[in-house]
Amino acid sequence: MNDDFPRPGAVSVPVLRLGDVLLVTLQGDLYDGMAARLQQDIAQAIVDSRVAGVVIDISGVEIVDSFLGRVLAEIAAHARLLAARTVVAGMRPAVALTLVELGLTLPGLRTALSTEAALELLGRADAARPGGPHRDAR
Amino acid sequence: MAEHETAARHRTPENPGSEVGAFLRRRREQLAQRWADEPLFRTVFTVARDEAVEAGRVVVDALAQVAGHGRVEDPADPGFTVVREQLSRMAAARARTGLTPSRVSTEVDALRVPADELLVAELPDASAEHVRACTTALTVLMGTLRLVVMETALSEGEALIDRQRLQLLEVATPVIRLWDGIVAVPLIGTLDSARSQVVMETLLESVVDQQARFAILDITGVPTVDSLVAQHLMKTVAAVRLMGAECVVSGIRPAIAQTIVHLGLDLGTVITRASLADALGYALRRLGADIVRAAPGGAQAR
Repeated sequence: MNDDFPRPGAVSVPVLRLGDVLLVTLQGDLYDGMAARLQQDIAQAIVDSRVAGVVIDISGVEIVDSFLGRVLAEIAAHARLLAARTVVAGMRPAVALTLVELGLTLPGLRTALSTEAALELLGRADAARPGGPHRDAR
Repeated sequence: MAEHETAARHRTPENPGSEVGAFLRRRREQLAQRWADEPLFRTVFTVARDEAVEAGRVVVDALAQVAGHGRVEDPADPGFTVVREQLSRMAAARARTGLTPSRVSTEVDALRVPADELLVAELPDASAEHVRACTTALTVLMGTLRLVVMETALSEGEALIDRQRLQLLEVATPVIRLWDGIVAVPLIGTLDSARSQVVMETLLESVVDQQARFAILDITGVPTVDSLVAQHLMKTVAAVRLMGAECVVSGIRPAIAQTIVHLGLDLGTVITRASLADALGYALRRLGADIVRAAPGGAQAR
């Protein structure tokens, strides 16, 4: 994936802030330059707005390679250093199969079925601390 | 077409093929009646004898047409295309009753005897050579019929096997929705790589479709687990996790547990439960639901 010439529409990935969560929606191909810029943007946004979590929605990603797997793992590692949790949401079956075949099982990365589930996961982790509703009820 | 020409050329009395064809047309009724009593026709048309006679007529017509073309030894003759379906039906019916292909073939051959008798009876004062030429043509014709029957029956069988193989792939891997957000795949039979792939794909698809937070892989029906199957299980579990759901493996039998330990396979990252019921209970609890016994008074006990 070289990035020598500009591609239409491949400028940058928007990073949205929703409450204390950052929402990043990846769509289509991710190129080297975009990925580096995205990692920077996310790290900067976490520091600026002091969010507690990052949700990366990859339901629009149809094709995956080892590069995207590494980018996701790196974003998660950066966020962890900045005390934010990362959740990858909406991975397609074909993408999951490919990542597993490539041997990239991404341990330590949290996953959710959809963006909604990811927000719920992040919210519940916060709420769970003072006598949370689910696990402690059991 | 050149068919008229060939027919005219073969109408000379020296050609035994066309003579057999003419004989078949003349004796159509008698032959059909006698064939209807043969086991091959009798077992297929059990309801009405008329139907058997009618089917016999059709076959006689087809044979007469083939003989008229003068191509008694050609199984690809267009005359046979008409009767192919009927013949395969008869052969299939015989095969269903447990007959071996060679027995079916013998039964087809039995049709030759009445035809032979009729033909010889029709030529009382012909020269021995002429009689021999005619019976030979008839024998070759019936041999070709036999070949056509067997060919049709066998290709029919192959098509059936292909269809069933596909069905087996689909049917053997149903994904069951056990509860809101819980899907399960009961695996039955030996897992090979093709089936593993289908299982994995259908499970992942249903996780998306049903928005399932838990996927249960039940391997109660899997007789043996080797390193390949274990690797496949690990892959499925990892893929399900990547999609944001949790995978539970249930139904590992004691012998299989021993094998897994013996092989030194590490299923440490996989959640396992003894039975499908346990796995369902685990998933329900994690979803925040609980299973309680109804109290005798009707009130819900906690």
